[in-house]
Amino acid sequence: MATVGLESKTFEKFADVVGHDDDLNYLNHDHSVLSWLFTLDHKRIGLLYLVTITLMFLLGGALAGAIRLELLTPKGDFLTADTYNKAFTAHGIIMLFFFLIPSIPAVLGNFLVPLMIGAKDVAFPRLNLFSYYLYFAGSVIALTALLLGGVDTGWTFYTPFSSTYSNSYVIVMAVGLFVVGFSSILTGLNFIITVHRMRCPGLTWFRLPLFIWGIYATSVVQLLGTPVIAVTLGLLGVERTLGVGIFDPRLGGDPILFQHLFWFYSHPAVYIMILPSLGVTSEVIATFSRKNVFGYHIIAFSSIAIAVFGFIVWAHHMFTTGISPYAAMVFSLLTFSVAIPSGIKVFSWLATMYGGSISFGTPMIYAFGFLGLFTIGGMTGLFLSTLGTDIHLHDTYFIVAHFHYIMVGGAIMGYMAAIHYWWPKMTGRLYSEFWGKLSAGITFIGFNFTFFPQFILGYLGMPRRYYEYPDEFQVLNVFSTAGATILAVGYLMPLVYMPYSFFFGEKANSNPYGGSTLEWTNTTSPPSPHNFEKTPVVTEEPYHYHAKEAAVVSH
Amino acid sequence: MSAIKETVQDHGQHHHKDLAHHFDTLEQQHDANTLGMWAFLLTEVLFFGGLFAAYTIYRYKYSAMFEEASNHLDIKLGATNTVILILSSLTMALAVRCSQTGNSLWTGRWLLITIAFGLMFLGVKYFEWKHDYHIHLMPGKDWSGKDWWHWQYAKKAKDMEKEAHSKGSAEHSFPDRKDVLADNDPSLGVRGIQESQQARLFFLLYFCMTSLHALHMLVGFVLIGIIAYFAYQGAYSPDYYSPVENIGLYWHFVDIVWIFLFPLLYLLGAHMGH
Ligand code: HEM
Ligand SMILES: [Cu+2]
Repeated sequence: MATVGLESKTFEKFADVVGHDDDLNYLNHDHSVLSWLFTLDHKRIGLLYLVTITLMFLLGGALAGAIRLELLTPKGDFLTADTYNKAFTAHGIIMLFFFLIPSIPAVLGNFLVPLMIGAKDVAFPRLNLFSYYLYFAGSVIALTALLLGGVDTGWTFYTPFSSTYSNSYVIVMAVGLFVVGFSSILTGLNFIITVHRMRCPGLTWFRLPLFIWGIYATSVVQLLGTPVIAVTLGLLGVERTLGVGIFDPRLGGDPILFQHLFWFYSHPAVYIMILPSLGVTSEVIATFSRKNVFGYHIIAFSSIAIAVFGFIVWAHHMFTTGISPYAAMVFSLLTFSVAIPSGIKVFSWLATMYGGSISFGTPMIYAFGFLGLFTIGGMTGLFLSTLGTDIHLHDTYFIVAHFHYIMVGGAIMGYMAAIHYWWPKMTGRLYSEFWGKLSAGITFIGFNFTFFPQFILGYLGMPRRYYEYPDEFQVLNVFSTAGATILAVGYLMPLVYMPYSFFFGEKANSNPYGGSTLEWTNTTSPPSPHNFEKTPVVTEEPYHYHAKEAAVVSH
Repeated sequence: MSAIKETVQDHGQHHHKDLAHHFDTLEQQHDANTLGMWAFLLTEVLFFGGLFAAYTIYRYKYSAMFEEASNHLDIKLGATNTVILILSSLTMALAVRCSQTGNSLWTGRWLLITIAFGLMFLGVKYFEWKHDYHIHLMPGKDWSGKDWWHWQYAKKAKDMEKEAHSKGSAEHSFPDRKDVLADNDPSLGVRGIQESQQARLFFLLYFCMTSLHALHMLVGFVLIGIIAYFAYQGAYSPDYYSPVENIGLYWHFVDIVWIFLFPLLYLLGAHMGH
């Protein structure tokens, strides 16, 4: 078994396996602005997304700040009821559709998929750039909707409020989401074809890194789910403009149909957000435990299982709408079944770490945070899939806490782990481990302070989406707002030390963490414009640390 | 270390003019393109799927009125369009065939003929929609339950007349037009209003589905036009014809959507007896 001492030696050994750092790379081979704006290079497109979604994240975060500030006191003193509605709607839409859904797939997926499978680029580079501009256009339209006066329907756009009664800019926002939806579809399509057709010689399906399995499963969900929300938003727009009643009970329509169509996409969409993080966690845990991933096949299949099950549980969002109790029972059971593959993954990661030689780099600390928070989020999901308890908890802060544990605690932690883990590869520089670990710690603490009280608040009956609340809830709300402040510090820190490292950081060698997948072993940091000097040939499973460590020792 | 993942020499080999730099072989490129188009069509299936789901649910809930409303569509025009579209699929298949055998001239020609058939389809559709507009089938804001009942009345009157005629009796008695209108004036009955709304839902779905379909045809024209242009330039060869093949797949998809729309919308109410 490798010791810590051996490990640092291992790192040295891995250094400079290929190429030299002063080589022309994808970042410096052409400096003009146009070469970035019209780039067909998947790595550069990934960075374009990184910059854009970071801006969206800041905006969404500012809105979250406004919401938490309002909830500091029981009375509505900072925002009016109307602005509050608009604030949480904008927060939800921006964070989900413009940050979280594109986050790992569009930034790291773009950067890594070709590198990890030994390809020169994604299958359709032009389509890839087009997807970015669709995303950009969608963002501009959504921001226009916000500037015009915003939307007050909640990110769920429930009818008939959104179709008939709301006086806000629903249609403009729907158009924005429609456009960004196609960006998501085309990105997913591109990755699916890339994984099917662009793998280098010897890279069979079961030699793929688990990150690729995660992205693949995500892409399938993007491809199959997103068109449904697109057409649903289209119908919403038609109903609003023509005054017809496809979802309006006064006109013979059925508002529950809207919810079915909406959640048919939006439940799978939550897996679009989490599956990539699950993939990242597998990579980070393997590398930082220096061990073959326990149960590689089952982790790979559980990603596919989550994607498939994800499509047949949507009505768990509608237990209180009066759907048939038999349907509710079936959906409840199916929802429980989603927890199985998620649980399998968690146990596999624990088993991977068991007996490994664990080092605590920043990505690993983030991955630990992910593990704990994702587990809590998933477990509370089971409370909600239970019909009886859901009646009590539905539309309370318990729900808010549940999904933030998964999406912020899980998905965003995974995203942060990924950004830190692959940063040296993307930029060729090392960030400060000290600041990295500190930010991971602060994020973890701030996160729990913010969202744990919300479980209790929800259990005690505080409903979501109101700008005022009874006095008795104030203490916990103050906790939550205070926690949000800490969380904000945790998120803002990387915005300083990461860009700093980009310019002034220590140069990274090609494989600073001793990763075992192609992007570490066969390219420079940062990679050359065409990724590999020579097309790699793979002869092994991805995480054979035993063999590798042994090879190092025998040298 | 480097033993684990070796590398092969990048054979600085055959750089075919049509081979994009990130692919290794033409075959890989062709496979990727075709698979990409199939994946795109899968997305399209789900895109239309939302509408088909809505249709199925309301058709089930309001089956009587859906059938009734369906009778107001013109089966003849619908059938004509079906034939036109199937012919266009044939010409498209011929275009693909010609591109595979390297007959650039006829690839381009068949593609243009396909567009011509498509335009014919939209032409028929245009007159059909115009007619629908004139007989007040537009489900929009100015939909009027009264109009719907007006229509119903006229049709009923005609039916009764026919029936009386076939029975050989010269006389036919049906209620005075004014009476029927009064009876069914929306202000007079909840049921009347409801049924008018159900019919309105049918027409809403009819317009949404057929216009989404027409939109796909318009996009198709542009793409086919571009590819026809390249075909005339001799861009395709037996080595490289996947753009033609893919536009063919797309066009057949558009065709198949119509093959579903025609019975669901036009034939729904056409029972044997009608
Ligand atoms: C173990 C897996 C999970 C289970 C069993 C589960 C269960 C549930 C249930 C039953 C609800 C509906 C509660 C209600 O509205 O009354 C719910 C809501 C929600 N869940 Fe989960 N969930 C799981 C995983 C996830 C994941 C992975 C995410 C996101 C990445 C997520 C995000 C959400 C969101 C956003 C909502 C609320 C949506 C809204 O009403 O605005 N869940 N969950
Ligand atoms: Cu769900």
